[in-house]
Amino acid sequence: MSSTAVRPVRIVVAKVGLDGHDRGVKVVARALRDAGYEVIYTGLRQTPEMVVDAALQEDAQVIGLSIHSGAHMTLFPAVVAELKRRKATDIVVFGGGIIPDDDIAALKKRGVAEIFTPGTPLQEIVDWLRKRFPEATR
Amino acid sequence: MKVRARDPKQVWQEEFESGAVREDNIETSTISGIPLQPLYTSEDRPTRPEEYPGQFPYTRGIHPSGYRGRLWTMRQFSGFATAEETNRRYKYLLANGQTGLSVAFDMPTLMGQDSDAPTSRGEVGHCGVAIDSLADMETLFAGIPLGDITTSMTINSPAAILLCMYIGVAEKQGVPASQLGGTLQNDILKEFIAQKEFIFPPAPSMRLVVDSIEYCATEVPKWNTISISGYHIREAGSTAAQELAFTLADGMAYVDACLERGMHIDDFASRLSFFFDAHIDFFEEIAKFRAARRIWARWIRERYGAQQERSWKLRFHTQTAGVSLTAQQPELNIARTAIEALAAVLGGTQSLHTNAMDEVLALPTDKAARLALRTQQLLAYETGVANTIDPLGGSYFIEALTDEMERQAEAYFKRIDEIGGVIPAIEAGFFQKEIADAAFRYQQELEQKRRLMVGVNEFTVDDEPPIEILRIDPRLESEQIARVRDVRAKRDQAKCANALERMRKAAAGTDNLMPYILDAVRAYATEGEIMQALIEVFGTYTETAVV
Repeated sequence: MSSTAVRPVRIVVAKVGLDGHDRGVKVVARALRDAGYEVIYTGLRQTPEMVVDAALQEDAQVIGLSIHSGAHMTLFPAVVAELKRRKATDIVVFGGGIIPDDDIAALKKRGVAEIFTPGTPLQEIVDWLRKRFPEATR
Repeated sequence: MKVRARDPKQVWQEEFESGAVREDNIETSTISGIPLQPLYTSEDRPTRPEEYPGQFPYTRGIHPSGYRGRLWTMRQFSGFATAEETNRRYKYLLANGQTGLSVAFDMPTLMGQDSDAPTSRGEVGHCGVAIDSLADMETLFAGIPLGDITTSMTINSPAAILLCMYIGVAEKQGVPASQLGGTLQNDILKEFIAQKEFIFPPAPSMRLVVDSIEYCATEVPKWNTISISGYHIREAGSTAAQELAFTLADGMAYVDACLERGMHIDDFASRLSFFFDAHIDFFEEIAKFRAARRIWARWIRERYGAQQERSWKLRFHTQTAGVSLTAQQPELNIARTAIEALAAVLGGTQSLHTNAMDEVLALPTDKAARLALRTQQLLAYETGVANTIDPLGGSYFIEALTDEMERQAEAYFKRIDEIGGVIPAIEAGFFQKEIADAAFRYQQELEQKRRLMVGVNEFTVDDEPPIEILRIDPRLESEQIARVRDVRAKRDQAKCANALERMRKAAAGTDNLMPYILDAVRAYATEGEIMQALIEVFGTYTETAVV
């Protein structure tokens, strides 16, 4: 047990865009919860504005986005832009889904911290978060 | 002195138990977790009267002639970008020997909104073709005679609208609706359960489904009004038995709804069709297909009292498993798809889509799409597997596994009944939870390497060269937006507004909505406008997210 009260990392996990493929997002949400994070799953068809609203309301440090429709090049940067507009750029954005390699580099340039593609071990996502927030698991 | 011969089965048993055991810790159950014996013998074969293809309960197939009479339809699901580009792809596939069309729509079309809706941004033409009005549909099928081909349309919440658009194109080509053949997915229940492309609440959603079934029974009699789908349930992470059980339970829910409308079982049952996944666990899939036919035949005949043989026959389309494909070493997907396609054929499918190797990354390129089609042609014409009907029938293992599938499905039917039926089970999150649990269990097995995906959690390579993928030009979104605005500007506004108003009134009553929707489509009302008018009457549905 930790001796100082450390703020647990809160993660808003969201499906942006119109597709309803929620298998991956649910598996990831469950794995992050099991790893000790506080996970808030928004459900389907969130607009970038809705996702940022949720993150601010929930006082989240991280936003995890999932998409399978091919609209990632529009919607992921739109979430980053919305964070900028709301002056909340301290919130870290990562994402996952069917995302080609070339797009990953472009998304990182546009402010998405990391992209996890199909086949990524869940542990890899957890390890990445632990590195980003070394002191703040539950 | 006589030496008594030892029981050979016992000898094998002893030798097996004292023999070597692999130490790789890989599961020996099916991918769905059904425990398997190392060997099946005549003792495991269920005792039942000999079964024949074309005869109740159709375990061995619905046609007495199998694939000797007619091969399965090679139907590649395809659509991307604009109607014009997709029309080109269709002509390419038909020229390469494809025997039926299958339309993939983009997300805005699937969700009943126009390309210029704010929430369509970034989505137009990405995972299918963008269709906003009859004008786009006319372009999609330009030069393709609708009286001569059959078309499958994968669409659900707005299914009635797209069917009306198809009828509208046929009218312009001079083809009467009575000659149209094809399939509408139109399966809203599995949307609530798995794919989540729902819009209206369950009750009005079911009304639209029954309206289209009722309308087609007289007006478009050769049309398969619904494709009751396990594919999406399976892809969302279910087991094979869950896919089987939930899909057939959905089928019965549609039957119940049609009977409630006052239709007679034999007037619509033969137009119901099914759509299953062909996953990578070869024998389990074959058993699933065989069990599906047997269960459906029995329920339709015995529980619903259908008299006509054609009502008893479960016909199905199969698609190989998208979830089994890997972005890593994608060429491996050609091998996976071939094995899955073989299972579908040995299971007696009526039509088949084989996934392209690059579909895990994007929509397929021309080359990958052709390779996928060639895989089916290779199965049909080189391997000889189409020569003998149900070639695995009588296998101790397959017959035992077929029975096990049936047993597990029946157990699920009981549980669904106890909850009060399919819709109450959806509202209680029952299916969603069962599927999410199965998906999580499988993921854990992968993480623990109790199951392997070649190239993903074992046999990996570093530095893979990227493969060529299909890119959708971002400019097409603005072009499509211009197109739909042009249609709105140029149509007869009064005619369109009147048609929409009549439809809205009908939606508030109990008339069959199909003729009203058809009128709105003919007046070039857009898909988004028609849906919006219906939403004003029906409302929308939001699910409680279960993690």
